Amino acid sequence: MDLLSSYPSWLITHGAALLIILPLLVGAITSVLPRERLAWIVTLIVTLICVVTSLGVLLDVYFNDAQLYKMGGWDPPHGISYIIDGLNTPLIFLICAMALLCTIYGLPSVAAEVEPKKRAPFYAAFLIGVAGLLGMVVTGDAFNVFVFLEVSSISTYVLVAMGASRDRRALKAAYNYLILGSIGATFFVIGLGFLYMETGTLNMADIGNILRDLDGGSRVSLVAFGFIVVGLGLKLAMFPLHMWLPGAYAHAPSFVTVFLASTATKAALYLLLRFIFMVFDPSFEYVITVVTYVLTALGCIAMLFGSLQAIFQTDARRTLAFSSIAQVGYMLLGVGMATGLGLAAGYLHLLNHAVIKAALFFALGAFWYRYGITRIDDFAGLGKMMPWTMGAFTLGGLSLIGVPFTAGFTSKLNLVEAALQRGWAWAAIVIVVASILAIIYIGRMLMAAYFQSPPEIDGEVVAKNEAPLMMLIPMWLLALLSIAIGVNADLVVEAAQGAADVLIGGGV
Amino acid sequence: MTPHVILRVVSKFLIPLIAIFAFYVQFHGDFGPGGGFQAGVILAASVILYALIFGLDAAKKALPPSWVRIGMMLGVIVYGGTGVATWLVGGNFLEYGAFTPEHPDHGIHLGILAVEVGVLLAVASVMVAIFYAFGSRQPDLTDEDW
Repeated sequence: MDLLSSYPSWLITHGAALLIILPLLVGAITSVLPRERLAWIVTLIVTLICVVTSLGVLLDVYFNDAQLYKMGGWDPPHGISYIIDGLNTPLIFLICAMALLCTIYGLPSVAAEVEPKKRAPFYAAFLIGVAGLLGMVVTGDAFNVFVFLEVSSISTYVLVAMGASRDRRALKAAYNYLILGSIGATFFVIGLGFLYMETGTLNMADIGNILRDLDGGSRVSLVAFGFIVVGLGLKLAMFPLHMWLPGAYAHAPSFVTVFLASTATKAALYLLLRFIFMVFDPSFEYVITVVTYVLTALGCIAMLFGSLQAIFQTDARRTLAFSSIAQVGYMLLGVGMATGLGLAAGYLHLLNHAVIKAALFFALGAFWYRYGITRIDDFAGLGKMMPWTMGAFTLGGLSLIGVPFTAGFTSKLNLVEAALQRGWAWAAIVIVVASILAIIYIGRMLMAAYFQSPPEIDGEVVAKNEAPLMMLIPMWLLALLSIAIGVNADLVVEAAQGAADVLIGGGV
Repeated sequence: MTPHVILRVVSKFLIPLIAIFAFYVQFHGDFGPGGGFQAGVILAASVILYALIFGLDAAKKALPPSWVRIGMMLGVIVYGGTGVATWLVGGNFLEYGAFTPEHPDHGIHLGILAVEVGVLLAVASVMVAIFYAFGSRQPDLTDEDW
């Protein structure tokens, strides 16, 4: 409460709009800045302001209540309104914090991976992408969601393609992502069109109220629901719609991979939650059928299939990318339970996984930065060559497996509890099996790093060459955070519980 | 003797008129159909016509790509800056009525005018930028390589 009272009241009341406008406008200015260092400093300042603002908003929702920001002073449902509530504030803070950590990490990393001429536009695209993601999460207007979805997606395609100076395959990956992402966005907007046809409004709360009055509406809203789920499913890499993800993660610059892995799919998952539980309602028969049978089934398949695929990859980044698909499966399983505990566990895993995966990808980026390593076979001796980076990677890896006293353990334990409470013992078994598969693919990397000796070049052992401090700080911050969550998860669990309460409570 | 004399003379005569018509459409947006989007496209069309008749290099000399980039940026800044200005006078973002609290309608009029200028700049620059981007593409194979 003390921290909150030190905030200027203007920052809290207008925080929702400032979080989007600031990166958007500064992103535009950054695109014409002549020097990369200047662009980096500007990006750092903007992300720092965003973190401070989002923390203020988070505290305000926690201590006071949800707020509604009217764009241009127009009342909803006619005007566009931004919503700040228990469901989106943790995610807003997560996105801002990840953006800040990525920016710190980016100074050495971007300098190594992106052509000099493209570095200032790179930061511009990054800022606009941040604005788009925050917009998706904050807005309470369904069509505005689509606009911000496109803003964030288009800048992400550009960011992925910027990896071309390191790895030409980034161009193909970006093109793949562009085609599939556009199909996803199209499906989403077709769904919105049907919803508009049924209800005559675009305000999410208003659509929700009208649909509840209509008791689910006619077949039009059923079709709308299908299109929206498939469209968002593409964006969040739900199992058979995940084909864009491994390529995009493996060939993008490390900076972008970290940011994508920890925020982009999470924002799409948040939208899925908001649409299923607040725009539509699980009390409609078609919604609960899809949630219980389709999302749960796809989630379980993703957990097993993603983990299995991860085991057979030779490239470390592809391994973690397939692992991300598996982790999305865990979250979908939580959503599929459609109970308070299940949703809280899914949301908790969303937050924890963002922390864990970001730490892991940060470490992979550092391996490439020092030794140009991407293949698991080349991990030999990394434990001696880069002890600190490998240490952070190990903590992240253990957390991903779900070893006790790590963040991954906390969220998996919650998921298992929720599954047992729902009476789904088989789901608990799937979670355990998927975790065992995670031991194999993480273990393979750790074994190579610690139990094999460093390679020799011309008869000499490759020298120790630790990553620069700017890379180690964000990496270790996240690695230690994942341990801290594992030891005492009260804060995060409470945030997830708050989000689940908003979802189950319904309405805005 | 340069080719296409008629085209050159006529377009030299037409290009300023097209540009003026763009501004007519821009400000006529107050009273009838028109506004920043249409005006921006018309303004960009005058540049594109110049490039088609006199060549891309001449057009790039007249309107350098770096200016086009700055134009895109300025367009966004003018639009967003209007919203920031409404913050400074104590309203919500883009709440133009806050400019003149006694007569909100006047403020709304002013605000829309400013925003439309931003739209004009952004649309015109983006159209020209797209044309430059496609026009400057080098073919993968030259004719000799075939």
